[in-house]
Amino acid sequence: MSADTAAANLLEVRGLTKIFGTLKACDAVDLTIRKGEIHALLGENGAGKSTLVKMLFGSLEPYSGEIRWNGQPVKIANPNAARKLGIGMVFQHFSLFEALSAAENIALSLDDQTPISTIAAKAQALSYSYGLPLDPYSLVGDLSVGERQRIEIIRCLLQTPDLIILDEPTSVLTPQEADKLFETLERLRAEGKSILYISHRLEEVKRMCDAATVMRHGKVVAHCDPRQETAASLARMMVGSEVHAVVRAPVEGIETAEALLEVRNLSRKPATPFSMALKNISLNVRAGEVIGIAGVAGNGQGEFFEAVSGEAMQPDAGTIRIRGKDAGRLSITGRRLLGAAFVPEERLGHGAAPRMKLSENLFLSRYATDSKAFLGPAGFVKESAIDAATQRIIQEMDVRKSARDPEAAALSGGNLQKFIIGRELDRRPTVMVVNQPTWGVDAGAAAKIRQSLIELARSGSAVLVISQDLDELFEISDAISVMHNGELSKPLPRAEATFEKIGLLMGGAEPGHADPGLESV
Amino acid sequence: MRIELVRRPQHSVLFSTLSPFMALGLTLIAGAIMFSVLGKNPVDALYYYFIDPLTGIWDPSNRWQLHELAIKAAPLILIAVGLSVCYLSNNWNIGAEGQFIVGAIVGSFIPVMFPGFHSWIVLPLMLILGMAGGAAYAAIPAFFKVRFNTNEILTSLMLVYVAQLFNDWLVRGIWRNPEGMSFPGTIRFSEWAILPQIWPDAGRAHWGFVFALVAAVLVWFMLSKTLKGFEVKVLGQSPRAGRFAGFSSGKVVFFAFLLSGALAGLAGICEAAGPIEHLNEKISIGYGFTAIIVAFLGRLNPLGIVAAGIILALTYLGGESAQIAIGVSDKAVRAFQGMLLFFVLACDTLIHYRVRIVGTSGMKAEAGKAGAV
Repeated sequence: MSADTAAANLLEVRGLTKIFGTLKACDAVDLTIRKGEIHALLGENGAGKSTLVKMLFGSLEPYSGEIRWNGQPVKIANPNAARKLGIGMVFQHFSLFEALSAAENIALSLDDQTPISTIAAKAQALSYSYGLPLDPYSLVGDLSVGERQRIEIIRCLLQTPDLIILDEPTSVLTPQEADKLFETLERLRAEGKSILYISHRLEEVKRMCDAATVMRHGKVVAHCDPRQETAASLARMMVGSEVHAVVRAPVEGIETAEALLEVRNLSRKPATPFSMALKNISLNVRAGEVIGIAGVAGNGQGEFFEAVSGEAMQPDAGTIRIRGKDAGRLSITGRRLLGAAFVPEERLGHGAAPRMKLSENLFLSRYATDSKAFLGPAGFVKESAIDAATQRIIQEMDVRKSARDPEAAALSGGNLQKFIIGRELDRRPTVMVVNQPTWGVDAGAAAKIRQSLIELARSGSAVLVISQDLDELFEISDAISVMHNGELSKPLPRAEATFEKIGLLMGGAEPGHADPGLESV
Repeated sequence: MRIELVRRPQHSVLFSTLSPFMALGLTLIAGAIMFSVLGKNPVDALYYYFIDPLTGIWDPSNRWQLHELAIKAAPLILIAVGLSVCYLSNNWNIGAEGQFIVGAIVGSFIPVMFPGFHSWIVLPLMLILGMAGGAAYAAIPAFFKVRFNTNEILTSLMLVYVAQLFNDWLVRGIWRNPEGMSFPGTIRFSEWAILPQIWPDAGRAHWGFVFALVAAVLVWFMLSKTLKGFEVKVLGQSPRAGRFAGFSSGKVVFFAFLLSGALAGLAGICEAAGPIEHLNEKISIGYGFTAIIVAFLGRLNPLGIVAAGIILALTYLGGESAQIAIGVSDKAVRAFQGMLLFFVLACDTLIHYRVRIVGTSGMKAEAGKAGAV
């Protein structure tokens, strides 16, 4: 890229630095994005990618350094200024008001007084042309993670920016949908627009991106052409050492193993007008196996998780059976006492209380199962025992934090997820149900989480993983089912499953639920 | 230039401690300004408000004033301790004033209807009935909240006026003392129905103050050391995480309302059976509302509430002494209390946020970050 003239550079960043207290989140970062290129920004969680893009988008003020836009030095004071320059951003953590509709949220980021109906029509047209179907009048609060991201992408595209920053955009899409998004991005590139693409999916980056900047610990460690690299070499640059591939040893005799988690004809009416009904779902998870549930966000995974965990109870006790006992009418505490453990999708506010310390968050899900260790007479809380267990989990899962026992909200997403998974693994649960185990978690931590789920299964537990990340499911599952429109397909054994087959099921082909009598797993 | 509030990654321990003191200091400054505007010497006024009632500490002849302080502080602490449980669990019980009055009414039932019933058991029965009355009255907004998802701020507040008017009707009507010269109020309670004084020789302070201290310690222990307290705090901060933990939000709504109603009811019957010795139409001088300020000034921590209750009790006594000595209207007390609540809530912002002043260099002051950034 050095051979090109400066005129071809849309954005040049020189020596950009941001300091939080004593931490250099970005240390003299250089970045050059040319017109009409898709530029990958790679790095583990905490490498400084988010800080860098927040400075480019005006959410954070740089400590020192220079940003040049079309060759002119600019100061980006706030997101409005960034939008005026022509920078659009799709955040990984969405900035949407839950109480407003999709179209209203889009209207909020536009300066003019365009009526909502016009925006809704434009948004809908754009969403269908880019393969991201969306009802502009649906309330954000009722939408799933994937659907919320569609709003963000469409909101950004509506402003026809010159530079689009995408933070992990494909993590919630089916392979076919991701392909459509890539087509969209390629079309945008052909129109001369530039894209800064943040992703952990190295194959994607290799396939699509023209240039890459790799960050580690706040510094740029490499500028490279991803097409000249291998996924392994990119990973090595990101992590600074080899990433251990997840090992999944095949299991013998799973057909005869005891079913530890049984779901029998589970149906559920939609709890809100926008949520999904569950239709006659049946599934067995046996001792020793990992079953993956694939599906596009918003197809009933959240509702299914609530029904299995007991946050929503069933009228018929036999609908959910844990270790052979009817659990349908048990609360989440009752199901935990049978040996089950649950990890929900949302870390902050569901799996953990943001403003409570890690030790209190450990107590949150384990006060009942570990009542002998953690509780004294009259509900007296034994803080020292909880603290010891907290430190044990922190050590076991390599949770990185700023204080001995920080508030959950003070941890990065990946580290909090390691803690929440570790909190449940530490119990050695017989049944483990995890929704989105590694969403937004860096490669090193994700590999650790996946490996630990496989090891839990191989030690004789039943593990059910709901995920929108197909790579992940193919890495860890012994069989994969697909949830679509509130129905669950028959599990495909790992050997028979391909991306194409699963992708078609995710898109709604061959709907139909599993017949428990005919399960081939 | 613009001023930004930047969220702290962790809450500041320094400012959680400092915040009530900063609020007190700011209230004193604002109070001094208020008295100057009223044409009074602010130093004198503040002296009568905050120092004069405390002269009993070093002057034995004024020791009775400390007892008066304890009399005023007892109901404030009792009510605020219960309110802290409500507010920590995100239940906005504004109706403690009504629960206080209903507690006083129900607790007065025995001495008013059976004045000849003389036994040691009368007083314990009155206290239990007072607590039951307050709790039952608080159960109404709790039930409506759980069953119909009504807003408890409105229902609990509206029930205050119902209780006030019902009490007014009682003491002017069927419960009026026939020998009371047509003044509203019941007959004087028998000596078996009077809450004893702690040191009768020194002043009038009654056992209600002891109950308040015991309640504060017990509730503090419950909140900070037991599973129930954890449940209250989780559901207050993060309801979805609370459900994930397996806690029932409906049960905690009832728990918080019943507990705070019972404590407010106990305060009510202690007031009737203590310093007043009968039930009248002015049984409360706004204790139930002032206790909201006490709860927040005490950082919703029962031990902090003890200190905060004494400070607010001081404003009541100081208001009286300032009115007598320099003729400040007794309405100034309410202004003081209001300013205190205002400054407490404002200073509490500093616990979770720090103030950052951003220079003007080349940026527009419009900090309108569209969207919820």
